[in-house]
Parts: sequence; structure tokens; C-alpha cells
Amino acid sequence: MWAGRVGCRRGSAGQGDPTDTAERQEGPAPAMEGRQCYDLLVIGGGSGGLACAKEAAQLGKKVAVLDYVEPSPRGTRWGLGGTCVNVGCIPKKLMHQAALLGVMIRDAPHYGWGVAQAPHDWATMADAVQNHVKSLNWGHRVQLQDRKVKYFNVKASFVNTHTLCGVSKGGEETLLSAEHIVIATGGRPRYPTHIEGALEYGITSDDLFWLKESPGKTLVVGASYVALECAGLLTGLGLDTTLMIRSVPLRAFDQQMASLVIEHMAGHGTRVLQGCAPERVEKLPGRQLRVTWVDLASDRKDAGTFDTVLWAIGRVPETASLNLEKAGVRMNPVTGKILVDAQEATSIPHIYAIGDVAEGRPELTPTAIMAGRLLAQRLSGQTTDLMDYNNVPTTVFTPLEYGCVGLSEEAAVARHGEEHVEVYHAFYKPLEFTVPQRDASQCYIKMVCLREPPQLVLGLHFLGPNAGEVTQGFALGIKCGASYQQVMRTVGIHPTCAEEVAKLRISKRSGLDPTVTGC
Amino acid sequence: CEVSRGHPAGEMLLVLSPKKEVILGRRAFSLQVKELFSSLGVDCNILELDQVDEGASVQEVLSEITNQRTVPSIFVNKVHVGGCDHTFQAHQSGLLQQLLQQGPAYDYDLIVIGGGSGGLACAQEAAVLGRKVMVLDFVVPSPRGTSWGLGGTCVNVGCVPKKLMHQAALLGQALTDSRKFGWEYSQQVRHSWATMTEAIQSHVGSLSWGHRLALREKAVTYVNSYGEFVEHHKVKATNEKGQEAFYTAAKFVIATGERPRYLGVEGDKEHCITSDDLFSLPYCPGTTLVVGASYVALECAGILAGLGLDVTVMARSVLLRGFDQEMAEKVGASLQQLGVRFLRKFVPVEVQQLEKGLPGRLKVVAKSTEGPETMEGVYNTVLLAIGRDSCTKKLGLEKIGVNISEKTGKIPVNDEEQTSVPYVYAVGDVLEGKPQLTPVAVQAGKLLARRLFGGRSEKVYHTLFWPLEWTVACRDSNACYAKIICNKLDSDRVIGFHVLGPNAGEITQGFAAAIKCGLTKQLLDDTIGIHPTCGEVFTTLEITKASGLDVTQKGC
Repeated sequence: MWAGRVGCRRGSAGQGDPTDTAERQEGPAPAMEGRQCYDLLVIGGGSGGLACAKEAAQLGKKVAVLDYVEPSPRGTRWGLGGTCVNVGCIPKKLMHQAALLGVMIRDAPHYGWGVAQAPHDWATMADAVQNHVKSLNWGHRVQLQDRKVKYFNVKASFVNTHTLCGVSKGGEETLLSAEHIVIATGGRPRYPTHIEGALEYGITSDDLFWLKESPGKTLVVGASYVALECAGLLTGLGLDTTLMIRSVPLRAFDQQMASLVIEHMAGHGTRVLQGCAPERVEKLPGRQLRVTWVDLASDRKDAGTFDTVLWAIGRVPETASLNLEKAGVRMNPVTGKILVDAQEATSIPHIYAIGDVAEGRPELTPTAIMAGRLLAQRLSGQTTDLMDYNNVPTTVFTPLEYGCVGLSEEAAVARHGEEHVEVYHAFYKPLEFTVPQRDASQCYIKMVCLREPPQLVLGLHFLGPNAGEVTQGFALGIKCGASYQQVMRTVGIHPTCAEEVAKLRISKRSGLDPTVTGC
Repeated sequence: CEVSRGHPAGEMLLVLSPKKEVILGRRAFSLQVKELFSSLGVDCNILELDQVDEGASVQEVLSEITNQRTVPSIFVNKVHVGGCDHTFQAHQSGLLQQLLQQGPAYDYDLIVIGGGSGGLACAQEAAVLGRKVMVLDFVVPSPRGTSWGLGGTCVNVGCVPKKLMHQAALLGQALTDSRKFGWEYSQQVRHSWATMTEAIQSHVGSLSWGHRLALREKAVTYVNSYGEFVEHHKVKATNEKGQEAFYTAAKFVIATGERPRYLGVEGDKEHCITSDDLFSLPYCPGTTLVVGASYVALECAGILAGLGLDVTVMARSVLLRGFDQEMAEKVGASLQQLGVRFLRKFVPVEVQQLEKGLPGRLKVVAKSTEGPETMEGVYNTVLLAIGRDSCTKKLGLEKIGVNISEKTGKIPVNDEEQTSVPYVYAVGDVLEGKPQLTPVAVQAGKLLARRLFGGRSEKVYHTLFWPLEWTVACRDSNACYAKIICNKLDSDRVIGFHVLGPNAGEITQGFAAAIKCGLTKQLLDDTIGIHPTCGEVFTTLEITKASGLDVTQKGC
């Protein structure tokens, strides 16, 4: 609730210039010279922060967003919009599309098109992708202006529980205070600083999408979805790509699906080194890098030369420069993430954290957006609804896409016991794969249900083309409490891949062959 | 006493009723038996002797063959059961149910006419349920001579080839896009119709073959003949060479679907093609006029335009009737953007061949639907997509009295897909007022088969239980077992009762009396248990054996 403004009076909401610094009054925050007062300050102009700021402004609040992109170690920087827009979802999906188009060019002759396999030009793609991202940056700026949200391109840190200090690129300081503060600073890729040469010679997803020239022969290190997606799209663009995984791929995802994803990648040109860990990166004369790694099982060392080494081993929350201790906001000392409750409130009740920086939240754009909007609505007294973090759907855009919602098979068994879980599954062949005779060995669906009738659906896992599009609708179904019986009573849309979900008849328990044949 | 063919009364019964169960009686006396049958979920035929002209003489013949002078007189499956009392006795002993389950000597339990999505789904499901099933499928060649194999419209001339051609068109778009995404190739890209159709036809052929195999695996008899009814429970099957065979079955499913409609104007059947021909056309259609505004018309137009052909759509009235009209107009606009021309509010009145060839050249004369205006155009191909007509006219339906809608030629059915003749059902596009979609037909076909032949009629509830007295003593918590068997068809009447545990005799006695009184599962559930006893376990039985759920009890 907006229980009244703190520390200073302000003009009517969103009246352009918020520098009414003379109007100061008593309050819990100490009055300071040059301070600007807001109802809400949002630190971080990513998906969650912008959504929260815009929603609050829409509801009549005086809001400012503080956003600052620290350049990557390789010097890559970008505009407003955060990870998703600049160095995440958007550029990655566009490059994924570029890779899919390569597959389509290979398919096209089978469908009668007289076209030979074409080479790929990185610069053309990168230019097109970067132009689109820049247009989105601009769009976000315009939206903030339209909604009368003040935008500061400054790096923020806490001065006290209600006050932030923003430092601009030129070193100018601005003091801002507000009744409520939302931290939405997200995370940045982690560097394995213990590995010699990692920081000097390696790049991360922060750099990949902004490269002007092709990365060439690339080693991608990591088992995260970022690692798999990057390795997949680079392979699809025709680059010699190696994916090095220390232990299991896609931890926290369904492991059977994760294995199939890797199996598909390995079968489609990505060199996969599992159970290996890099030890050293050296620069060879010229632009090439020599990487030494160890096979953890045999302890055997091996080495290879690459043009690019991409680290995708996880992300670090952006909390270090926030001076959180000045405000008393508590973090998890292990993860560095900010501890929050169901209201998204931190240990300081009027300071909130949403998105990737908050402990225990899925690192996904749409959850950050929804959490941000709901938070703004709650703060404005519009609702008391909390963000529901259950059954959040997502899709991994590997060459063969993996969409999922709800529990993995492992999680379902752990929660309900094997005896109470029924898994229906199918290996299917997308119709479009038939004519070009594309391999569909990994096109697989499984639905994890409770065993007891009506067999509530606990999770859905889909591996195949357009997995995101397929999964979205079923996510709604699961949200509505769909049962296996209801899904089976749903009429399919023919001929699609999604209809295979409505035709899952074979349970794992039955031991029958789950390969779909015919219509 | 079995009533057979040749015997006057037997013939009489066969003629009187296509149904298995017959009650002969007076209206007032038949009521009780009728209720019994309906409680068993059985459709019976009642011949009220006091209501028909020859009632008296029928009764005379009856008494002659059955030695029963009184009515009602009940026949089940052409077997005389007796009067009211006998019927109830037979019910109690289970004889009645046994008789009901036996069919007369038909060749098949089910004959499906039409091997499309719905028919095949229904046939296979029935076969899985252990029935003897035949599928009659015969594709009458299109006026242009196109024919195909098993699988029906979807597989051969519908969803499957159209989506593959749609994919070919999308790939053309992808090729255009791909340059912007960095893929480089300089040559002019051309499309080869022959390469595409060969690839698609080879896939369609493999699906058709897959359907053949699936039928064989499930032991469904497949006959590539045209089926038509010749009398009750009997069809004539005529193959390509004109050879005839006759088959009988207890139940029939009509799943003959539809075929494209022609305009009925001069030159249309000679020179135009339909979606039946397009997907296997041995030559590129060239400049094409698509006549119609159905989804078939717009999909075909979009595909052909996407492959780079010059396409015109001639539509009599609104696009995509039955769909949201704002969306339909936007679909039209998107096709226009793709280069498709639209001639709205015109209908062709004549199609002339100007030049033979593959493709040739056709002149189309069209007339405005709003005035006397006419126009002419020259095209290589004219594709008609103005609607589809159901294949019901030559099935001999009139011979057995299956109603068809005069206006649409479609078959009206009730919610159970049953036609006006109770043992004849219909699924798929041939139905009146039902969606014409493959998955709908498949689902309906499967459900129909399950309803007709579904599962067993017994339902078993069970549980293990741990007598209170055994708990303290730490005796085995999973030694005692309670089980009841219910008849689903008879309002879950309890027909079996089993208990393993202490004082079993004492427990069983009371329940035996209750079963005599017609105990049902519902009554058991409504009964208050006596706590703490072993007997009370029967009032809270929830787990069926079929569910496979765990019934074990936690012990010490």
C-alpha cells in the first residue's frame, strides 16, 4: 500500500520534471541536499523492472527507473531493456531462427525448390539482429516516456533504506529517494576465474550476439540451457562447434528429455564432450586459442584449438555494487541472491526484489514481468494477488526445441512416489520431417500424471519443432487443473505435432512401444 | 426353443424386428419386463399384440411353437425365454445376461463401410476389444480419373498432402527470409512441381500402406470393395472387377465421408479438377482459377501462390462461411498480399477447353451474382473447391430404412452416433451437423467402438484390511482381503461377495441376504458401518481392481 510519501512532497504524479528538490519534510529517511522524491524507484531496466515501473506509473504513481549496463570484460555494452532484449531471449531466438532457416534450405530441394545449400554470412545476420535489438531499446525508451516514467542512465547504490545514489557514466552523482524501492538488476554471466586465461580470452552470451564477425570454430563450455542453445545455433550456422559439459546437461529439467536434447545435438553436428572440465586457455600466435581440458572419469588431459571460447556456466546476480548492507537487505551468502517472501518483499519490507536477482525465482522474462506488474498493482492497492510461481512453462531453443511445464518425471516421483505417478509418452514423427526424410528419433513427448483417476497432469514435456508454441496452451490447461482424461477427450488439430499430446495412450508402466505409427 | 429361419414364427420375428430382444405382449403386462431390459441398458422391441392387426393370429402361432399361451412372451436373441416370471428368474441366474451377450450367427460383429480416419479408428478399436471386424473401402475414381488407396480423405487428398504442400510454400518464404538472416546464394530459385508431388505421394503411399498393416496386425478384415446394403444386416461388396460378395454383421458403421462437389455447368467435369486431383497432379497447374471460398479453396490458393503460380480466387459470396468473418476477411487480405487475385460475387457458368495439354488452356465464363454482368478469363487450370457432398446415395440405405437428410444427403444421428436404424451407426464427414475434421472422426469412431463393445460388464472393488484385533498383536496387516464384484450394466448390482479374515462366516451371512434383495454398490456405500468391525470395510470400498491402485495397509 502507498501509505503516504516519505521524506518529501511531490508534485502531481508524473508531471515531467521530477526535480522538486526544495520540498523536503520530516520522515524516516534523513533529509539530504539535492534529493529527488518518488513513490517508487526501480533499479534495473530489464523485463521485470520496466514492467513494474510502467504498471505503477499507469496507476498514477511517480516512478523512476535507474538502469546502467556495466560493459562486459570484452567491452560489449547495450541499451535499455535488460538481458532478454539485448543479450538473451531476443537475439538468441533470432539467431536460432537463422539456424533453422539453414535446415529449411536443406529441406527445400525435397519439396521441389531448386536451391543448393548456401554458405552463411555472420555479419549480415548480426547486423540484422542488432538493428532489431536497437529498435527495441528505443521502443522501451519511448514507452517509459509515454508512461511518464523518469529514466536515469546511472549506476545505483543504496545510501539508506529509502535513498539511492546514482552515478552516471561521467561520474555525476544524483540522490533519489522513494517510499518503495524495487531491485530488478538481474544477473550476468559467470566467468570461471579460477581457469587460467578464461577472463582474458573467453567471451560469454553478453558478447556473442554483438560480435561483428563470425566466432569461427567455437568451444562452448557449460551445461545450462544457454550453453546448449548457443552451441546449437552456432552449429546450425555451419560453424565447427564443441560443447563441453562437466556433469549433467540441463540440471533441474527432466533428465530423460535433457539426454534426448544432447543426443539430437550430437547427431546433428555438435561435438559433445561430456564429463570434461577445461583447465587452461592460452593464446596462440594469430587469433586462435588453445584450450586444455581434463576428462574427469579417466583424468586424461586433452587439448584443442578454437577461434572462440564461450563460457555459459551460469549467471551471477548483480548485487555486489548495490551496497545492500547500507539498507539492511539480506542476501543468500551462497548464491548472492536477494531473499524475498511471497510478496516479493526483502528483509526490509518496503524494498522488493523481482526477476533473476531474487532468490528461488525462475530466471525467465515472463515471470519477472508478471511478478513486476503484480507487485505494482499490490503496491497501488489494486489487488492482493500474489505471483504464482508454480507450473511456469518454458522452452529451450536448442535445434530440436524442448518445451516444458510443471514437474519433471524425477520431481513428480520424488513428490508423489513412483507408485502414484503415471507417465504417458510417445515418440512421434512431425509430418514436415517425412518428405525431406529428416531424422525424428528424438521427437518425443511425455506427460507426467498422477496415477489415481482422473489422473491430474503434473507436467508436460515436448521435444520437437515449435515446442514453445505447443507448450503455451497446455500450460493454461495445467493451470486450470487438467486431467489426463480431459486431455484425452480433447480433439486434436490435424496434422500438427501438438495433436500428439492429445493422443498419448501408452504409459511407461505398460512397457509397450511408444512409437507413434500412422494417423 | 430356438426360433430359426424357415419356421413361420421365426420368419415373422425376423421380419418384425431387426433388434435382438423382442417382447410380445399386451401393453399393460409388458411394462415390468420393459423396465428390466432398460435397466440392463438393452434396447428391446415390443410388439404389442393388442395394438396390431394380426395380433391374435401371431399369438396363436406363438403358442404353437413355445407352448406358452400367455403374454408377455419374451425372446432374447431369437431364443424364447418365457413369460415375465421366467425372464426375472433368468435375470437372477445370469442366463439372461448370457443370452444378451451372444449374437446370432452373423459373419462379423461389425462391418465398417469406408476406410477413412473415422472408419479405421472405429474398426481398429472394435478389433482391439476382441470383435470380429471388416472394413469395406473403395475409392471411386474422380471424374479426372484420380484414385488412391486406403486411409480416406485426410491421408490421401486432404490434411496430409495439403499440409506438406503448405510446408513447401512456407519453405519458399523461408528461402526469401534466409538471405536477411545471412544465408547466401545467388542463383534464381525455381520450384519443381514434379519433385514435390513425387515426394508427397510417396509419403502418402507409405501412410496408406501403414493403414493396411495396422488393419492386418489387429486382425481386421480389409476388403477393397464397394459396400452397399441389400437387406437388414447384410451388405453386398463389389470389387474393381465387378465381382460381388455378401457379408452380414450384427452392427454397421457408415464412414464413407464426402467428395468434392462439381458446379453442374457445361464443361466442369471434363475440364476442371478438384482437391481430389490437385495433390497428385502429374504436371504443374500453371495459371489457376480456384472457384470457391471454403477453407479448401483458400488453402489451395495460398499453396499455389506460395509456389509462385498466378492464382485467382472466384468467390460467390463471403469467405470461410462459418468462421469469424473479421478473421476470414483478413485471411483474404493476406492472400492478396501474397499475390492472389480475388473475383468476388461471380460464379462460373461455362468452362471451355481452348487448348489441350499438361496443362492446357481453359476459358471460363462467369456471371455476376448481383446483375447481368459477365466476364471471361483464360487459365491453365480450374480448381473447384465449392463444397463437398456426402457419399450416401448409393449405399442402399433406403433398403434398410436409414434416414438421410433430403437437403444435405447427410445422415442424422443421435448423441450416440446411432442412425434411424438402431444397429447402424455413422461417424465422420457423413454426419449431419457435426464438424468435418479428422480428429473428431477418429475420436468419435473410437468412442463409438468402446460404447458398442467396450470392456467387461463386471467391476471389482477390493481392499486389503487389518482387523483391529490384529493390530495390537502385530499380526500381518495385509492378510485379510475384501472383494465385491458388481455388474456395471445392472446399476452396479453386487453379484459376488468375498471376504478373507476372522469371522468370515458371520460377516458373509448378512450380506448374502442383502444380495438376495438386490444389493447394489450404491446401497453398500449408503450403509453406515459398524465400528470397529471387519464387516464395515464393505461400506467404504473405493478402489477398483482396474485402477491398479494400491490397496496394501500399513502395518506395525
